Amino acid sequence: MTDASITYMAPHQLSTRLAPVYNEAIVRKFTIATMFWGIVAFLVGCTIAAELCWPGLSMGISYLNFGRLRPVHTSAAIFAFGGNALFATSLYVVQRTCRARLFGGAALAEFLFWGYNFFIVMAALSYVMGFSRSQEYSEPPWHVTIFLVIVWVCYAVVFVGTLLRREEPHIYVANWFYLAFILTVAILVLVNNAAVPVSLYSSHAYVAYGGVQNALIQWWYGHNAVGFFLTAAFLGMMYYFIPKQANRPVYSYRLSIVHFWSLIFMYIWAGPHHLHYTSLPDWTQTLGMAFSIMLWMPSWGGMINGLMTLSGAWDKLRTDPALRFSVTAVGFYGMSTFEGPVMSVRDVNALAHYTDWVIGHVHSGALGWVAFISFGAIYYLVPVLWNRTGLYSKKLVAWHYWIATLGIVFYMTSMWVAGIMQGLMWRAYDKFGFLQYSFVESVNAVHPYYIIRLMGGLMFLVGALIMVFNLVMTVRSRTTEEFARTSQDYPDAVMAGE
Amino acid sequence: MQFRHEWIEKNAFLLLVLTVVTVAIGGIVEVVPLFTIETTVEHVKGVRPYSPLELAGRNIYVREGCYLCHSQQIRALKDEVERYGHYSLAAESMYDHPFQWGSKRIGPDLSRVGGKYSNDWHYAHLTNPTALVPETLMPRYGFLAQAPLDYQVIERHLAANKVIGVPYTAEDIAHAREDLETQANPQADTAALLARYPKAVEASGNGRVVSEMDALVAYLQVLGTMVDFADTTTEQLQQ
Repeated sequence: MTDASITYMAPHQLSTRLAPVYNEAIVRKFTIATMFWGIVAFLVGCTIAAELCWPGLSMGISYLNFGRLRPVHTSAAIFAFGGNALFATSLYVVQRTCRARLFGGAALAEFLFWGYNFFIVMAALSYVMGFSRSQEYSEPPWHVTIFLVIVWVCYAVVFVGTLLRREEPHIYVANWFYLAFILTVAILVLVNNAAVPVSLYSSHAYVAYGGVQNALIQWWYGHNAVGFFLTAAFLGMMYYFIPKQANRPVYSYRLSIVHFWSLIFMYIWAGPHHLHYTSLPDWTQTLGMAFSIMLWMPSWGGMINGLMTLSGAWDKLRTDPALRFSVTAVGFYGMSTFEGPVMSVRDVNALAHYTDWVIGHVHSGALGWVAFISFGAIYYLVPVLWNRTGLYSKKLVAWHYWIATLGIVFYMTSMWVAGIMQGLMWRAYDKFGFLQYSFVESVNAVHPYYIIRLMGGLMFLVGALIMVFNLVMTVRSRTTEEFARTSQDYPDAVMAGE
Repeated sequence: MQFRHEWIEKNAFLLLVLTVVTVAIGGIVEVVPLFTIETTVEHVKGVRPYSPLELAGRNIYVREGCYLCHSQQIRALKDEVERYGHYSLAAESMYDHPFQWGSKRIGPDLSRVGGKYSNDWHYAHLTNPTALVPETLMPRYGFLAQAPLDYQVIERHLAANKVIGVPYTAEDIAHAREDLETQANPQADTAALLARYPKAVEASGNGRVVSEMDALVAYLQVLGTMVDFADTTTEQLQQ
């Protein structure tokens, strides 16, 4: 026996080693917070959708006006629901795939949970009370943002620290995506929030950049909040949970390398497609458009890798409704990452920009991809985290799946119709060469579609409530036996064939 | 030696550094030239910093999230120019911290709403939009008329803007409070105010208490009116 054979352990030997005691308490907390904020986000979304059908609903009360509640909805959906889901899964995945307990101990992990959720409460209150910065998806006042930065730095320390103390030689692909998300979001938030406060005691600060520079930096931030918070990080989720649920290795290791580096390189350039035909110089618009179109390929690289992982395990879709969520999510991801490049083309954008088509596009990503991949992961996680043999009811998962999917279809199709109609009405000319419609006629015309959109949103909310009931019953059911750790059956860190 | 991706996968610091470098490139290439290319913002006459009351009104606009339904950016498209007026110039928003171009039109674009309606129309419309436009989706903003405007530290607001490059003079800052009260009071003498802030529109307040609505209306009334396009050549508009 040589020295090398003593120090080197083959993958099959790794799985037989005793796993360290992971910090799962923190993952449970983040999972509960994910579902709580999910319901809040969907509820506020339905509220403001109803206000767009019947504006009298806000009753002249400033706190209930659309302008104040809309950032509550978007922040709750992206940062509270999505953010907590990412904390829960990233902290779970990084421990499992590194075979290491979280760096920084339980106390730092607790700070991440309470600190991040305190930030969310403060941000939401500041919008409702009238302290919004009115920079889309970056609305919190400056002192709340400083607090977020502190929490985020701790998150990076915990995550990178855990990577550094890993027992596995390789850093698993899911962690590349989570790491890129954590680092890039830090850069984006720091640059986009540069501002000069009126005084130390004032919540008001003036953004350091003005006009056209502010516009590009804000959409560099805004588009990469989509690219790294809502895409890269959730791809990390996909790369762990779909192989787990399907009990198959990731389809292609090579593809994951190519699409990871090309995705994070190209996403950053895509921001200017939010500013076509505006006062932003043409060269920047063209550059943004070109990279947005190229971005189609790395996006679909992720989709292909996710879907093809199911090869040989497609029959599981019949028996595992939670896996159905994850796989449908990848389908929606593929669809909206095709729609995005199409909408970034100048001529399409001339029609689509400022209309509800954009709202529909965002929601096919947010509901279809982000929420569905999170639902799939959480349905998998809850029995594992609470030591249960399985979910309380698979039938309820199936009900949730179909109600939510139909809800998304209602939402998307109504917004396509409304958006394209708005775009066409705004540019329509009559036979005398005058603009054919006044603006308010386009407002009137979309009313029925706004009601259909609200219906779709309500269905999505009902589905999520069914999920909460199912999860609560899963945790509370006393009859289930101790969960046999089947998750150890398949070594986490082993990847595809090569 | 042949490159192996394994090196990156086995070294967390290498992965971290390469990731940061990869994501930094695009942003640097797109953003930095906007600060260095001199023609990014057109050289046109007329654009001035906001008067103190307009600035306070703009802060109300920002606080209420008006940009979520109203854009302030007329694109260079035929129908937009015919509906709203001359396409927006970068120069017109160069003193906007933050910019409020918006991304969605639930209501119409506001970049040239200044002077389109009377003060009275704006007060009535903000208080009860449905009374003037029955089909509107806009909520009521009557509470702004009841809320006294907080302008205790208006000088500091101008000074903070000066730090980030808005050319307020020491004199502007010294007269900030006086200018604000003058513009809010229809009976006041506006000669000094108009010398500092040409085209500033007086609010129609009651002259005793300055309300948040007075400030917001003063801001709306100046939107898009600063540049005189009859006096502007196409060469000046080249970016």
